[in-house]
Amino acid sequence: MKNDLILRVIAKIMIPFILLFALYVQFHGDFGPGGGFQAGVILAASVIFYALIYGLSDARKVVPEPLVESMMAIGVLIYAGVGVAGLFLGGNYLDYFVLDPNPVHGQHRGIFWVEVGVATTVSGVMLKIFYMFSDRSKVDEE
Amino acid sequence: MVMLAVTVVIIVRSRNLFAVVILGGIYSFLMATVLVAMDAVDVAMTEAAVGAGISTVLLLGALYLCKSEEARAPRKPFVPLLVSLATGGMLIYGTLGLPEFSDPKAPIHQHVVPRYLNEMKKEVDVPNVVTAVLASYRGYDTLGETTVVFTAGAGVIALLRRRRKGRKS
Repeated sequence: MKNDLILRVIAKIMIPFILLFALYVQFHGDFGPGGGFQAGVILAASVIFYALIYGLSDARKVVPEPLVESMMAIGVLIYAGVGVAGLFLGGNYLDYFVLDPNPVHGQHRGIFWVEVGVATTVSGVMLKIFYMFSDRSKVDEE
Repeated sequence: MVMLAVTVVIIVRSRNLFAVVILGGIYSFLMATVLVAMDAVDVAMTEAAVGAGISTVLLLGALYLCKSEEARAPRKPFVPLLVSLATGGMLIYGTLGLPEFSDPKAPIHQHVVPRYLNEMKKEVDVPNVVTAVLASYRGYDTLGETTVVFTAGAGVIALLRRRRKGRKS
């Protein structure tokens, strides 16, 4: 599909909007439907879309594999780190009330970082699985 | 719902796996529509993104590795048919005992839900209750889920990478 001009142009137009939509779903999750998991999947889908149209090696250049692998772990660490931060500030594990002088704002802050962690891990894992699968087909071809 | 049933029947009848994968994507989109109709927008969004998007792409990738025609079963699968019919029958029998859809007197709405709905404005102040429950009240569960996703990714890496190295040597 690499040489199809129409697909390339359309993909170029669409991918920024998909990325923007992922960010919208991520940060608007408090107010409407969505949240970290959905945003992570949409983020991964946009990169997979890019890889389908422009080829896997180009996608690897945009989102290199070490970054994807570390995203998987960093997401869980962010999530767990929010819990530990709660411990240090004098609450229980994953207590958000203590993250801010105003407990309600603390809740907002906790939910925000937790969602960031979820999105990071989910998009990392989805991309990694996709890379792995498509890589295998290339190995088999050779 | 009728379209869902039609899609399932076609999936079962079809022997072309490519068509099955695409129909699976269509099924996911129809399921997402049903979930929107039941006011579960968050779940519908996940279903549309994961079920119809990512898993279709992954299945197509897997299909690329193997033949696209389903092999004929060596004998008629009567025992599996019987088992699945029995399980389905039992599940349907079980749903008869469930309370009506969105019945406020259902036991699940008596336990912690009133507290979530009434106190959330004061305690969390996030307009989307689903997000509040998911990330705040049920924070441990979501941490576990995230770890599960991470473990899945780590498992895929462990399985597929070793194979690639083995080929080279």
